[in-house]
Amino acid sequence: MKENVLEIKNLHVQFPIHIGTVRAVEDVSLNLRKGEVMGLVGESGCGKSTLGFSILRLLRPPGKITAGEINYHGRNIGNMSQKELLDLRGRNISMIFQDPLTSLDPLYTIGDQFLETLRTHEKGIKKKIALERAVDMLKNLGISPNRLYEYPHQMSGGMRQRIMIGIGLILNPDLLIADEPTTALDVIVEAQFLDLLNELREKFDLTIMFITHNLGVVAQASDRITVMYGGRMVETGTAEDVFADPKHPYTQGLLASVPNIKLEQTELQTMPGAPPDLVNPPPGCVFHPRCPHVMDICKQEVPKSFRANGHMRACWLYK
Amino acid sequence: MKHSPTAAMGRLIGGFTGMGRKYGAEWWILIIGALIIGGIILMALLAPLIAPYDPHDQAAGPQLAPPSSEHLLGTDNLQRDVLSRIIFGARTILGVAILAALISSVVGISLGMFSGYSGGTFDKTLSLIMDSVYSFPGLILAITFAAMLEPGIMSITIAVAVIYIPTYFRLVRGQTLTIKEELYVESARAIGAPNLVILGKYIFPNVIATTAVVFTMNVGDAIMIEAALTYLGLGLPPSIVDWGMDLAMGKKFLPSGQWWLITFPGVMISTLALGFTMLGEGLAEILNPRLLER
Amino acid sequence: MLFILLTIVFVVIRIMPGDPVSAMLGGHAPDKVIEAKKAELGLNKPLIVQYGNYLWQVAHLDLGTSMIFKQKVTSAISDKLPATIELTIFGMLVTLLVGVPLGAYAADNRRSGQDYLIRLFGIVIYCIPVYWLGLMFQMIFGVWLDWFPVAGRTSPRVFASTFEQTGLYIIDTLLINDWKALWDVLMHLVLPSLTLGLVLSGIFIRLTRANMLDVLRSDYILAAEARGIRHFPVVYKHGLLNAFVPILTMMGLQVSLLMAGAVLTESTFSWPGMGRLLLERIYLRDYPTIQGVIVIFALIVAFMSLIVDIIYALIDPRVRY
Repeated sequence: MKENVLEIKNLHVQFPIHIGTVRAVEDVSLNLRKGEVMGLVGESGCGKSTLGFSILRLLRPPGKITAGEINYHGRNIGNMSQKELLDLRGRNISMIFQDPLTSLDPLYTIGDQFLETLRTHEKGIKKKIALERAVDMLKNLGISPNRLYEYPHQMSGGMRQRIMIGIGLILNPDLLIADEPTTALDVIVEAQFLDLLNELREKFDLTIMFITHNLGVVAQASDRITVMYGGRMVETGTAEDVFADPKHPYTQGLLASVPNIKLEQTELQTMPGAPPDLVNPPPGCVFHPRCPHVMDICKQEVPKSFRANGHMRACWLYK
Repeated sequence: MKHSPTAAMGRLIGGFTGMGRKYGAEWWILIIGALIIGGIILMALLAPLIAPYDPHDQAAGPQLAPPSSEHLLGTDNLQRDVLSRIIFGARTILGVAILAALISSVVGISLGMFSGYSGGTFDKTLSLIMDSVYSFPGLILAITFAAMLEPGIMSITIAVAVIYIPTYFRLVRGQTLTIKEELYVESARAIGAPNLVILGKYIFPNVIATTAVVFTMNVGDAIMIEAALTYLGLGLPPSIVDWGMDLAMGKKFLPSGQWWLITFPGVMISTLALGFTMLGEGLAEILNPRLLER
Repeated sequence: MLFILLTIVFVVIRIMPGDPVSAMLGGHAPDKVIEAKKAELGLNKPLIVQYGNYLWQVAHLDLGTSMIFKQKVTSAISDKLPATIELTIFGMLVTLLVGVPLGAYAADNRRSGQDYLIRLFGIVIYCIPVYWLGLMFQMIFGVWLDWFPVAGRTSPRVFASTFEQTGLYIIDTLLINDWKALWDVLMHLVLPSLTLGLVLSGIFIRLTRANMLDVLRSDYILAAEARGIRHFPVVYKHGLLNAFVPILTMMGLQVSLLMAGAVLTESTFSWPGMGRLLLERIYLRDYPTIQGVIVIFALIVAFMSLIVDIIYALIDPRVRY
């Protein structure tokens, strides 16, 4: 088995606000192996983005990691000094965001933003060399080098998202966290973007955490899939396992609510109920109020993680 | 539920701190502002009762005496008691500022509503005039008006009121334009409701809520303008007790070191303006956090 | 805008009681003399004719002649305008240097003790009348500590006539390399510009803070942090510059506050500028000079909004293209 780039152990993230504490991430444990793409799926507000931000320790106050640890190549990110963190961000781990239209500073040219990143991490780098590297990167992305002297507002959303990746990869990080990178793009641009991501992954030997609510995108892009619900992991497995044989009732419901091109079922199903209140989560399994297979134990005890052939599901059905 | 005064007091305090928790600092800003204003209004109302001397009494004590137990804030060059003049002066400034804000809000709101509602050339012309006045330094206009009118309470009130009319006009006109397009107004018009009824029943209530905050801030600003005019020697005859005029008079004794003559009137002007600004700020944050950023 | 203001002022000062002739000759002059003087000044003509004549003059860039003194209004103004310009530029400088960094720092340290302290300072300083702050400064730094002069633009022993060319004394003294005079001029500027600048800084603290809070929430700030850019450049290079764009769009209003503040500051510090000119002539009902001063103030406001637009375009590429 390949080595783990990232290990998350029993992570808890909380946001204390005036009406109580939002338990955004509860007891999440995950491993990312070298070179794989991990799809992290769930509805909005299930804690998947929060998980992504906590890896870079970029949680907005008052958000805090309250328990657990995150190890990057065995180094605990939670114990890093501010300086180590600054070094880590961009150089070792990069992150790209949902909305490419707002992720680049509108007042600086693309070139400026490449240079700023390079100069921050490689002190004293010559401007000429830095520019050459930016141009090389743009070539990888299929973008004309002239664009370096343009401002973000002069470009389309798809191009800006490619540039975001380019700036993210300019320092050769080995882990990329992509937080809903295609949500703001239209379908054709999305497909091109996923192809590009796949290409870059091989070229740069990347490990990717791909956060999305879009199951179709996850199916295309990921090797393994983790499904989150209400701040907890409910199922993890290889993409084939999870799609072909979803075990957790939430995953089943999620897949049933995706329009299927093979038309195996005629009617689109929707899941009854609403996402849980993370300030006062339901006792026991967070999913039990919406679960079609709810049992007595589900209302009292948080399900343990049950495993079979590397396919994990947190559900009492599989005790 | 208990009905004793202490229980009622407890609930009141509980309610206060509850609001404090909900809105944080903004709530306390509002409360402090309200307390300042309340205190000074009370002082103005009770002036004859609490002032130790007649503010016009030119034999209240020695000339230019520093603060002492007999004259807590000292005396001026005409042997008048500074404290008493401060207490009575509150009446002038509060009266002028509040009255001026009332006049400009009534004029500004009605013009703004009619202008926005009727549209057309009338609206365009009036907006142009209002925008011109709005972008020009208000104080300079107020100076011109105040200098041209016979000194007196009404003159200075008008001079101050004039410069705030565009503020209300612009705010109200903009809102009227938006509300005019709302479905419920359209339908009222469709069933033949007279324009005056539509203005009074649908547009006015919507407009008045947002102007409340502006009104409070406006009074705070008007206080500083009123005092500025009288400080410059405009607007009021010397027979009226006024903080701004006392400040101007005290200025003459600054080089010789009679600090109390300028310190106390200034502190009062600042405090009163602060009270209204804090009240307005607190209200704005609680009612509509983005209002002030415009 | 200029035209409308001019019309308002023209009408208002003429329909209000009092006129320059009575102000000049006193209340006891015989009616005949008064009538003759009025005819000389053209004040006996119908208002609309006077107005037409005046507009004709202004259109030819002539603001007329003072009705009290034998002096062109333009020359009276060009005597006083540089003093006001010098004062307002330095006042603005103080405002920006105090208001913007404090506002940005408060936003960066939101809900901390410093934040509350800075906001409190902003509100309180906003509520302190500029003329009173000036008086207190005069008392503390002028009378008690005797650090700075409290009145005028130069000391009695420094003669402006020896260097005056542009009227901007800093430039004038630099032109002839008179360092002693320059020092004197600067010392005289300290208290007035501090007074004017500090009072306005309250507004800038609030504006900067509010806009910074918006900007710091935006994605490109987060993205910059995710790239490992240090906190300081993230906040002050990306954050502050972006926050400055909306602040600039609100500068127009601040310019008129600056002008109003300058008039009061001039009065407190016996600063021989436009505000003093206006106040002197308003008592004398010197119509052409009053109108002229209003025209110039309106022009300054208009000119400043042009400058603001230029700076706006320099900062924001979205406006340039």
